[in-house]
Amino acid sequence: MADNVDEDAPYRIKEEDYVVLKRGDIFKAVQIVPKKKVIFEKQWFFLDNAVGQLYGSTFDIVPGGTLQPRKPKDAESPADAKEAGTDNRNIQDDGKSQKLTRDDIENFKEQGLTDQQIIQQLVDNSSTFIGKTKYAQDKYIKKKKKKYENIVTILKPSCRILALMYHGREPGKICHLRYDTLAQMLTLANIHAGSKVLVFETCAGLLLGSVMERMGGYGSVIQMYPGGGPVRAGVESFGFPAHFHDTLHEFPVCHVNALLAGTLDTAPPKDASAGRDAEVKMETNSAADDVCDPEKEAREKRIEAKAEERKVKQEEKRKKLASAAALLEGRNADGLVIASRFHPCPVLMGMLKFLAPSRPFVVYSQYKEPLIECYTKLKEQGGAVNLRLADTWLRHYQVLPNRTHPVLLMSGGGGFLLSGTTVAADAPKPAGAQRAEGPAPKRLKLLYSVTSCRRSL
Amino acid sequence: MSFVEYSDLIRDGDVAIVYLGHESMMHVKVKQGAQTQTRYGVIRHSSDLIGRRYGSKVTCSKGGWVYVLHPTPELWTVTLPHRTQILYTTDIATITMMLELKPGCVVCESGTGSGSLSHAILRSVAPTGHLHTVEFHQQRAEKAAEEFKEHGVDGLVTVRNQDVCKDGFGVSGVADAVFLDIPSPWEAVRHAKAAMKRQGGRVCSFSPCIEQVQRTCEALAEEGFEEISTLEVLLRVHDVRTVYLPLPDFGADLSAQTDDDAAAPTETKPQTPVALKTTTLPREMQGHTGYLTFASKPRT
Repeated sequence: MADNVDEDAPYRIKEEDYVVLKRGDIFKAVQIVPKKKVIFEKQWFFLDNAVGQLYGSTFDIVPGGTLQPRKPKDAESPADAKEAGTDNRNIQDDGKSQKLTRDDIENFKEQGLTDQQIIQQLVDNSSTFIGKTKYAQDKYIKKKKKKYENIVTILKPSCRILALMYHGREPGKICHLRYDTLAQMLTLANIHAGSKVLVFETCAGLLLGSVMERMGGYGSVIQMYPGGGPVRAGVESFGFPAHFHDTLHEFPVCHVNALLAGTLDTAPPKDASAGRDAEVKMETNSAADDVCDPEKEAREKRIEAKAEERKVKQEEKRKKLASAAALLEGRNADGLVIASRFHPCPVLMGMLKFLAPSRPFVVYSQYKEPLIECYTKLKEQGGAVNLRLADTWLRHYQVLPNRTHPVLLMSGGGGFLLSGTTVAADAPKPAGAQRAEGPAPKRLKLLYSVTSCRRSL
Repeated sequence: MSFVEYSDLIRDGDVAIVYLGHESMMHVKVKQGAQTQTRYGVIRHSSDLIGRRYGSKVTCSKGGWVYVLHPTPELWTVTLPHRTQILYTTDIATITMMLELKPGCVVCESGTGSGSLSHAILRSVAPTGHLHTVEFHQQRAEKAAEEFKEHGVDGLVTVRNQDVCKDGFGVSGVADAVFLDIPSPWEAVRHAKAAMKRQGGRVCSFSPCIEQVQRTCEALAEEGFEEISTLEVLLRVHDVRTVYLPLPDFGADLSAQTDDDAAAPTETKPQTPVALKTTTLPREMQGHTGYLTFASKPRT
């Protein structure tokens, strides 16, 4: 065992890791924080014991909230009944087949019986169990297992698992983007290492994280975000190594028009600090008028420190904006993926301009109608070929000996996708000045504050 | 040009995709001095392709025009020369995500077939991953290897000409993911397990028939694979169009007439049909390609 330790190290659960808990088909993303109580599927526990274990391990939840790695032997099914009926002609539903009462089961739990022991008790005290067919017996045990088994599996996060999780738990947060639809997006947009991809999403960061996973830390991702700041909760859950975040850039969509017009100023402000100071003073004057001197001084110092902090933050924000703007200005991005609650048409039309010719783009919408509009507009305007409006159907199967069939419930809708490929736009005059091939328009230096975005929203 | 890296300009030796119109594309091997015939006329490689930007409009000899696109695994899938039945993008996308493919992954695949999935795998695992692909048909294996070289991805892939059911993948303990598209995948399950990393990984088997799926699921369970799940993904392509719905003529509406124009009975005008922008589904669509069975190999 000792010689395996190094080899397994990357597969072991570490403190601070982002992990996904699994029980049955239910997932939950959490971070491993020492002594922190986690609630999952009506059970609470601490993840401390998971540290050092391998990803994919299953744990028993012991009363008191500690986790105990489950031994592989325990996994065997408890009741392996030898006797079984052939049909249900003699089984009556009188509600009296189970001899145990609820109190009995509660008692068992208090006595600390394992889940297998409880299930065995239920089977032994069921008068109809032996009369059931083998298949019905299996089904009975499976159902009871689901109810009484106190187990949890800890998984390493991935695009697959997080997409399944979000779709199952919080479809509203990801615009009902089903995992097979997400898979189509990543493939149709040809997401791969080394490219420069634009992402516009309001899917809690799931789409962004999936794109980053596929790029493996090579190339650059520019998140075009609406509002005051980018939403990345879902990206954290992927637990990417630090260097992945160096490839991630952000650009507020409220500056798109300025950037396209060449009026976005991202140069360091020369006299802006003076202006900001004045602004701060103005704010403070009104409030500080009727305060006595020592307090006022302390307050001013605090305000100064705050202003300094704000200045540093502003500077950081400006630098980020400048770097993202520089990436966009070349108008040579390699791909575009859109999945948001906004109307996709203006989003697509605005952002398509940043793509190089012969690059794929994919737009997701929960509804088909806005994509019809996008399609029509692209056909009118040109600049894109290979347009396709499509959706996918996903069907799961139960595969068991003599019991194979499609799963009874299937998802009704996973949303729609419009995909296509950009081409060089037709020159309006035969001067050969193809817009996409021309140099990026020169920047005009106009006073355009970084913070104006927030104000306008 | 490479299938794993974009470039802006078309160069001698590239594979370019010629977009002729809706759903009509072909690939060309760009070669100095060569010509390609299309229904819009001739494309002369030296003057029309080499040195031009991907995505440009190219005017052909008859005055028609086409677009020249950068190759991607998806465009390759719809233009590649078939040597076998191939996997299409809808299934490929699902496989890629459910196998958790990403840069750096080592993948085993069999059979190579026409290389439709292979190109997509290579795109996803580049620049640090590797594909070990096994094809028992010698000519197909050779042709695939040749194509990988032409497409600038031969450094990322090893093609082996052997029978995966008998001889396995030719590697052991290295794969993060295994994909099987063979007539009897259950015979290759133990080889898949052997090829995979000790720490675990994902496996997928593609089969058109449910009996194949059942045998594969049994074999997977026997070999200790977990999370066995079978699914099917179907693509529906919507055709965007304007439809015109005519309105019926109920005759003159007498009740709506006001007293003023009661004296002059309005003449019934022919009703103009209502235009409606909508989508239609094709009369026939692909209802089945294959069942996709996924499973996880636990740590052994």
